[in-house]
Amino acid sequence: MPELDLPRFPPGTDPGPSFVELLRRVAPDALPTWPSPAPTAGPPVTHGTTVLAIRHATGVVMAGDRRATAGMTIASRRIEKVFPADRHSGVAIAGAAGPAIEMVRLFQVQLSHYEKVEGEPLSLEGKANQLAQMVRANLPAAMQGLVVVPLFAGWDTRRERGRVFSFDALGGKYEETDFQASGSGGIHARNWIKASWTEDLAGDDAVDLAIRALFAAADEDAATGGPDLVRGIFPTVATIGADGYQALGDDEVAARAERLLSGPERGGRRA
Amino acid sequence: MTMPFYVSPEQVMKDRADYARKGIARGRSLVALECADGVLIVAENPSRTLNKISEVYDRIAFAGVGKYNEFQSLKIGGVRLADLKGYQYSPEDVTANSLANAYAQTLGQVFTHEMKPYEVEILVAQVGAEPDEPNELFHILYDGTLVDEHGFTVLGGRAESIAEQLGRDYRPDLPLADALRLGARVLAEEGGEPLPAGQLEVALLDRARPERAFRRIRGAELESLLAGG
Repeated sequence: MPELDLPRFPPGTDPGPSFVELLRRVAPDALPTWPSPAPTAGPPVTHGTTVLAIRHATGVVMAGDRRATAGMTIASRRIEKVFPADRHSGVAIAGAAGPAIEMVRLFQVQLSHYEKVEGEPLSLEGKANQLAQMVRANLPAAMQGLVVVPLFAGWDTRRERGRVFSFDALGGKYEETDFQASGSGGIHARNWIKASWTEDLAGDDAVDLAIRALFAAADEDAATGGPDLVRGIFPTVATIGADGYQALGDDEVAARAERLLSGPERGGRRA
Repeated sequence: MTMPFYVSPEQVMKDRADYARKGIARGRSLVALECADGVLIVAENPSRTLNKISEVYDRIAFAGVGKYNEFQSLKIGGVRLADLKGYQYSPEDVTANSLANAYAQTLGQVFTHEMKPYEVEILVAQVGAEPDEPNELFHILYDGTLVDEHGFTVLGGRAESIAEQLGRDYRPDLPLADALRLGARVLAEEGGEPLPAGQLEVALLDRARPERAFRRIRGAELESLLAGG
């Protein structure tokens, strides 16, 4: 770790605006890498489960449940899976929690580093491509079962609309037209969203839809945490629009969740 | 056998310092002021794209005067050092103090060991995160001399006369608009009209902003603040 010296590079080896390249040059041990042979043979790996992103008329909503599992055990009731990536985008993670959280941390620095070195932020598409590269770099770990499948969403300041991207374990990047959900409960969440998503969905309704879709996923999927009224644990919800990334406060999510619980979801109790 | 001419070390250092000072004096000046809203940095810079003021870390800004390519590469070095430290330790461990020391080391090394000294003066400013946490202003000269300033600091060729003018009118708790107008006035020729928005590059380390405090003030906001809004 260079403590006092500014990092300087001979011509031809300058890492440019990429923080990952910089780390590779000066502190390769700090890059997230995972040991082989497969750690899946050891203690159970902590997994984060359902996250989703919904595009609406004035931006996007991202949300995730709060449960992490390790095998059949609940590893955490309060894990956060939705993070700001920078001022106008967010990233939500599903899959192996350790590598995923490291990936988010590196991704956040990568974006702000680029912005500071270059003097202007990456385009939204450029950010999504950067994340795809990080997922791809995780491929050896993915082959050992440490799969990370993030969702990326943000406000495209040039096109002035919200956009949603999903990724597969190999680093493939796919732009979603309207919404996407990922993780073990993703399929249930996606079906729930599909039933009520419309092109002119308002931001406020999209937040409710996101919370309801997570309830639906928690109903069907053991690894997805539902609203915990006893402990007061509710999903993480963030909105991203022209004015940037905003995490909804716990109180607001709690109020919305409690209102929704007295709505159609009551039917779930009889099912 | 030919003998190289003897030049005393004093003379070498003096020549280098004169060279660097001349380069810096050709450029336009820059002021940084602590104000009620945080730390305001005002530079005379007609270019919209070649910046003298930049964000280095969440609560730290960098500014340079003199030779553009030299302070630009120093800026990038600072961003790299800060991000490496923040990533490997924690964002809280990145301080203006350690960054200013790194700059002083580098500039000192270049001044004594390389053919040509850097023709730059730089500023590392940090705004406090908590209401009672003080700001920090570090002014670093071309030879690595590091000065810890309070209230305000001036970089560039006309530093002395600008500092004298600032000293008369500066108060530590100036509102943002007043601090900005003061900056625009002292950067202009003495007794002349304050510099207009088109000649200024302005950035604020905004105390009230969580996490990334740095923001540029430009366009309509700059015009209205200068006009007295």
